Amino acid sequence: MSGSLLSTDVLVIGGGLAGERCAIEAAAAGHNVLILSLVPPRRSHSCAAQGGMQASLGNCVKADGDNPTLHFLDTVRGSDWGADQEVARIFAEEAQIAVRELAHFGVPWTRVRGGKNSYFIKGERVEIEESIENDGLIMHRDFGGTAKWRACYAAAGTGHAVLYAVDSEVVRLGVEVRDRTEAVELIHDGSRCWGAVARCLRTGEHYPILAKATVIATGGYGRIYGQFTTNATINEGMGAAIALNTGVVPLGNMEAVQFHPTGLIPSGILLTEGCRGDGGYLLNRDLHRFMVELEPHKQELASRDVVSRHMAQQMRDGKGVETPYGPHLWLDIRHLGEEHVTTKLREVFDITRDFVGLHPAHDLIPVRPTQHYSMGGVRVNKDGEAYNLAGLYAAGEAACWDMHGFNRLGGNSLAETIVAGRIVGRTVAAHAEGFSLDAKTGLAFGATRHAESRAEDWLGRSGDGPSVYELRDAMATTMMDKVGIFRTGEELQEGVDELRTLLGECDRAVLRSKAPGMNPELTFALRLKNMMRLALVTTEGALARTESRGAHYRTDYPLRNDAEWLNRTLVRWSVDAPEPNYSYEPVGLIDLPPGHRGYGSDERIELTMSVEEYNADVDEKQREHGKLETVDPIGTRIQWGAWEQAV
Amino acid sequence: MTAKTTQAGRRLRFEIFRYNPEDPESTPHMQTFELDETPYMSIFIALNEIREKQDPSLQFDFACRAAICGSCGMMVNGRPSLGCRTLTSDLPDVIKLHPLPVFKLIGDLSVDTGTWFREMVEKTEGWIHAQEAFDPDAQETRMDDDTAAAIYENDRCIECGCCVASCGAANVNEDFLGPAGLNRVARFAMDPRDERSDADWFEVVSNQDGVFGCIGLMACHDICPKELPLLEVYGYLRRKALSSAMSKRG
Repeated sequence: MSGSLLSTDVLVIGGGLAGERCAIEAAAAGHNVLILSLVPPRRSHSCAAQGGMQASLGNCVKADGDNPTLHFLDTVRGSDWGADQEVARIFAEEAQIAVRELAHFGVPWTRVRGGKNSYFIKGERVEIEESIENDGLIMHRDFGGTAKWRACYAAAGTGHAVLYAVDSEVVRLGVEVRDRTEAVELIHDGSRCWGAVARCLRTGEHYPILAKATVIATGGYGRIYGQFTTNATINEGMGAAIALNTGVVPLGNMEAVQFHPTGLIPSGILLTEGCRGDGGYLLNRDLHRFMVELEPHKQELASRDVVSRHMAQQMRDGKGVETPYGPHLWLDIRHLGEEHVTTKLREVFDITRDFVGLHPAHDLIPVRPTQHYSMGGVRVNKDGEAYNLAGLYAAGEAACWDMHGFNRLGGNSLAETIVAGRIVGRTVAAHAEGFSLDAKTGLAFGATRHAESRAEDWLGRSGDGPSVYELRDAMATTMMDKVGIFRTGEELQEGVDELRTLLGECDRAVLRSKAPGMNPELTFALRLKNMMRLALVTTEGALARTESRGAHYRTDYPLRNDAEWLNRTLVRWSVDAPEPNYSYEPVGLIDLPPGHRGYGSDERIELTMSVEEYNADVDEKQREHGKLETVDPIGTRIQWGAWEQAV
Repeated sequence: MTAKTTQAGRRLRFEIFRYNPEDPESTPHMQTFELDETPYMSIFIALNEIREKQDPSLQFDFACRAAICGSCGMMVNGRPSLGCRTLTSDLPDVIKLHPLPVFKLIGDLSVDTGTWFREMVEKTEGWIHAQEAFDPDAQETRMDDDTAAAIYENDRCIECGCCVASCGAANVNEDFLGPAGLNRVARFAMDPRDERSDADWFEVVSNQDGVFGCIGLMACHDICPKELPLLEVYGYLRRKALSSAMSKRG
């Protein structure tokens, strides 16, 4: 049975930071905004970001001289040149404003303490005199892959503090939030999006919501790796899935999947990069600090893809500690001292005490690289508009905007949620006018009927097919074993074969419970095939990309190949089509020419054409792939050559 | 690793409250499940195991499973707890699970904390009240780091509802702001960016639904999973209410 139709100016799918910041912008412009969220917004996975938010304020001694150009450079290098450099530039410029705006919203940022401060830097205790002039400004800590201390933070609960401040604004503005509500299908006519079909997770009822603008801000798809992820149970990628299901909206770079070096074992819970930023070490079985010789310059603070690969290699070489849960390495923050770990890293102290019974000032912490972040997502232009489908937008981890390319730097995701939320919010506010929704009710109820029939199909099945949870576990094992940190063509092909078999099995699976209401098993079953489709396009994208770039590392093609692969994977796949369709577009205009990242391998296959030649037809080629026209033409916000002053 | 592992080979018995308000046939009752204990088993692991292998209709809430999001408050052997960070190795062989009281029941162990906390934020106007609009071109306003740390200490509340469930006053007076609500008030009252006066705060907290509604059992202080200093919070708010009353009289 379907519920009555709702309509709104702006529909935001996802109540995390990107969605809420976008909603604030649209609501402040006078639009009616409705947010759908799987959980109360303050329980969104944004709250789990711990260590920091990158913005080049340059307030402390180790941040002195920082600026947006240096932030831009670090971001592009971190991305292994997979990023859209104009987007990285826009981001670096606006991150400063975003952090200060959050101070205005009430975030209790840790502040500079003028006078003598004691830090751990590359294994040494160092005394640094912070200037009295900067006392009380927002403080920074060190993170991986950055030239300066840049991460602004509130102890190790940065995401929590930011999310609560932003949600307070949402409440202040009176924006309606429907929690325990899932968007299960987009309402669209092939050229324009008109809202979404919602499913109530209290009652199981479906109902249509018509909207002039629809924003996908549902976060990442880490749960296609099952339990082998730092992500919350709600990060199942449904925003990307419903966009993919339209058949017209492409997802970008799905094979770009980040592994975080320090997931706690056995639970996979994240321990912040701030542990290493504040001076923590990684040790192997022999208590040897292996990163010092492997990355003499950045040591433990190389980018996440590089550190994770070194760690995985240590474990392959038998240098891991063996346990029933598989091998692990050690994170050592004992030398930071009791006071530091119970204040500046308080959340790390809580987690290690509660989940493994250890005290990080006295004990080593068992960690290993764990799936953490989805660089891929709904491909959007620099204004945040999805390709091919007007009226659809995406922001945050759900989007491929694309400032992260093939590897995101720590602290850049929290910053992206707010910066992108502001920008996409402005775009949405400007576009959510002048449409009548009256004529679209037929389309809306058609889509609702379609969504309901999927639930009816599940409830109508009988017999002894596999359970949805068995299939999920098989998918997770395939993803972890075949689409992990080290990838080969052979294993990826096995992964593709296994996932195709599992996709077929989804149609044979049977529910064990027909309970009325939201029915948790049915709720998961409705997502299962969507997750498998995301897993398959991730794996096929990885199989096709015969190079190594950022987090995508092929042992059979170990070099970055700018001659052939300086591009972005796009995939479209309508629910009715048997095969996904892959194509490739240029990464964007290039300002900083491809080169060495400053860590990791310095070998690569060079771009054969000149940067000018590469840039000549970027706009045209991206339009051929469905990019919508941007407010300002592409390239207007690149500050050409500004980086030359900085290197 | 010294470890909170397991008491080897235990067979655990879970007695779980069941009721699905969406099912006309359903009536509130307790149901028993048995499970072999595994190393590091938490209530999160156990409940998922029961749902996936024994009864797929079982309703409960988890999201981060890292004691950060506050989704999984429930009564574990009569004590409000976060299910994700409660390890079975700390519990006896029989584990009784009930939904948190005070909050509206959604089904089985799942309760509607979202609606309760949104109303609390609306009632206390839990946001920074500042006249001046944000200036994107200006440097941030300075704040002493100790002040920031003190605000953060109270800002850490994850709105899990455990304190509310444990609260004698909240269980009988549905308008009582509850420990989490009072903590939220204190968090903004101590923030120099918030321009509300003592008289404004007086309106919010100086009555039976505010800090004077607390009957002093202080279970909240003992059970808070984030170890918020709730005792200090009430002292701070009572002093604030008193000084505001004194200045009114003057």
